Amino acid sequence: MTAAGRAFKYGDNVDTDAIIPARYLNTSDPAELAAHCMEDLDASFARAVEPGDVLVGGSNFGCGSSREHAPAAIKAAGVSCVIAASFARIFYRNAVNIGLAILECPEAAEAIKTGDRIALDFEAGTITDGTKGASWKAAPFPPFMRRIMEAGGLTEYVRVRLEEEGKAAAAGGTKGGAS
Amino acid sequence: MPMTMTQKILAAHAGLESVEPGQLLEAGLDLVLGNDITAPPAIREFRKMGARTVFDRDRVVLVPDHFAPNKDIKAAQQCKCMRDFAREQEVTHYFEVGEMGIEHALLPERGLVLPGDLVIGADSHTCTYGAVGAFSTGVGSTDMAAGMALGRLWFKVPEAIRVELSGSLSGWAGGKDLILTLIGRIGVDGALYRSLEFQGPGVESLTMEERLTVANMAIEAGAKNGIFPVDEATRTWAASVSDRRYREYRADPDAVYAREVRIDLSRLAPMVAFPHLPSNVRPASEAGDVAVDQVVIGSCTNGRIEDLRIAAALLRGRRVARGVRCIVLPATQKIYLQAVREGLAEDFVEAGAVLSTPTCGPCLGGHMGILAEGERAVATTNRNFVGRMGHPESEIYLAGPAVAAAAAVTGRIRDPSEVMDPPARDRLLGPPERRESRTAAPAGGAR
Ligand code: SF4
Repeated sequence: MTAAGRAFKYGDNVDTDAIIPARYLNTSDPAELAAHCMEDLDASFARAVEPGDVLVGGSNFGCGSSREHAPAAIKAAGVSCVIAASFARIFYRNAVNIGLAILECPEAAEAIKTGDRIALDFEAGTITDGTKGASWKAAPFPPFMRRIMEAGGLTEYVRVRLEEEGKAAAAGGTKGGAS
Repeated sequence: MPMTMTQKILAAHAGLESVEPGQLLEAGLDLVLGNDITAPPAIREFRKMGARTVFDRDRVVLVPDHFAPNKDIKAAQQCKCMRDFAREQEVTHYFEVGEMGIEHALLPERGLVLPGDLVIGADSHTCTYGAVGAFSTGVGSTDMAAGMALGRLWFKVPEAIRVELSGSLSGWAGGKDLILTLIGRIGVDGALYRSLEFQGPGVESLTMEERLTVANMAIEAGAKNGIFPVDEATRTWAASVSDRRYREYRADPDAVYAREVRIDLSRLAPMVAFPHLPSNVRPASEAGDVAVDQVVIGSCTNGRIEDLRIAAALLRGRRVARGVRCIVLPATQKIYLQAVREGLAEDFVEAGAVLSTPTCGPCLGGHMGILAEGERAVATTNRNFVGRMGHPESEIYLAGPAVAAAAAVTGRIRDPSEVMDPPARDRLLGPPERRESRTAAPAGGAR
């Protein structure tokens, strides 16, 4: 899988209140959330972002509340990937679970500037900055997480599992017990 | 391999003898929590997963607290979505307005979390229950959905930071000052992916409420969880809220920690975190001349009865300064009632503060006290990010209830000792001795 787009770069500790302010959390409709994405940090982002574009942050990206609305807003805004030096752990989980691509790469996060043309190869984990003529390799995901991502997110992963367990229970008759 | 307390709880719930940091495992869940913001998307995903019933109707907890009582039509729809689901699934622990409270104050109060439990909640401050010796951590809505469907979830075993506590708190210093000091020292990502394990002789001097305040803000240092050992105070507390059996886990004496931080409780002073990061801390006495427009006393961090007693001690017989709006939000209905019975409600209202029904409200900029452009608030909440309590040009200063109440009285951030000498700790944290009839002899306001 590959993607390409322009970079939008922000600093360290981009929190989930900045990504999607709580005042908009009376809905979980992705399109509505996308319209307010990054609003308190960069009011022009939601209008400027185009499909494929890349969000770049420093350390601890996505810190703060557990709201899945944050990666959902970023994804619905058309962002193809978030690159950061490090991610807050709940944001990391949420991104994997909903199928928003994220890459942890301190060097790329440092070097890339707003407006740079970025190309991504998720299989290889490479980030290429066409404007700078530089490229980096991001840390690979553990196999378990790749399986969730390959299934299209945790929802699909659980769906298949429940289906299989249901079949197993049906086939096993009275043998199956709660585990 | 020796294990930390967190590692032991994870191992036990995964049915493993031992685990190592970095290991991915699937563990059984004792409790799955959601609120009016995070549950609706979780319910949607739950249905998409093809799940028909929750794994255990006694182990799912749903609390409308963020925008409840419903702040607007959209919030009402979200609360209704959760309520309908709770009815359909016959969820035992759904707390309607009138019996609800802020989730992280409510669950321990109801004895729904006990030592050794493994709890996930679709709310980042789920880490609060580490105070009682449980492993609890915040997750997103899809994780919550998976948890409700399967009763299991994947975890990565964290490394730990050992926080060695010595001495005991004195004066106006409280649990909030401890956790702000720690975050100030290690930074907002100082414990990223790790657990914060509080240990040492200082632990026993902390009340359960103070421990809840401390564990609550573990996430503000980026931690996966914050956890306290189980001691006599924990056992007494557990017996007072539940008769369910529980298991105590203890870190191995030779457990390995990534880092150690030492804090002498007897040297802590009232602190304040300046905008816009919880790590931006300094002693309240060195705040300079910061005038405030609003004071918020409440939230899952500091909305419990001891917090209200501390605030009332400073507000009793005084007036909220002109130009300041002081909003007090007891975290649960039980705390609210207790505040009424102890006469604290009168103290607040007579001082010119407003007393709200339990809700998250202003803590997340939802309702009940939103800030305008350029306004400043001192809040006993846990996040002072840009726009968290309202306008992106407003400011939040985080502090404990004593600093907040002193700010309400003086209109400025000060060390509370400038308003009043601190009473002895047991008098400060215990119920006040009341006069016969408060209404017959209203406290004279000096204004
Ligand atoms: S009080 Fe604030 S921090 Fe606590 S659960 Fe509510 S919104 Fe979150």
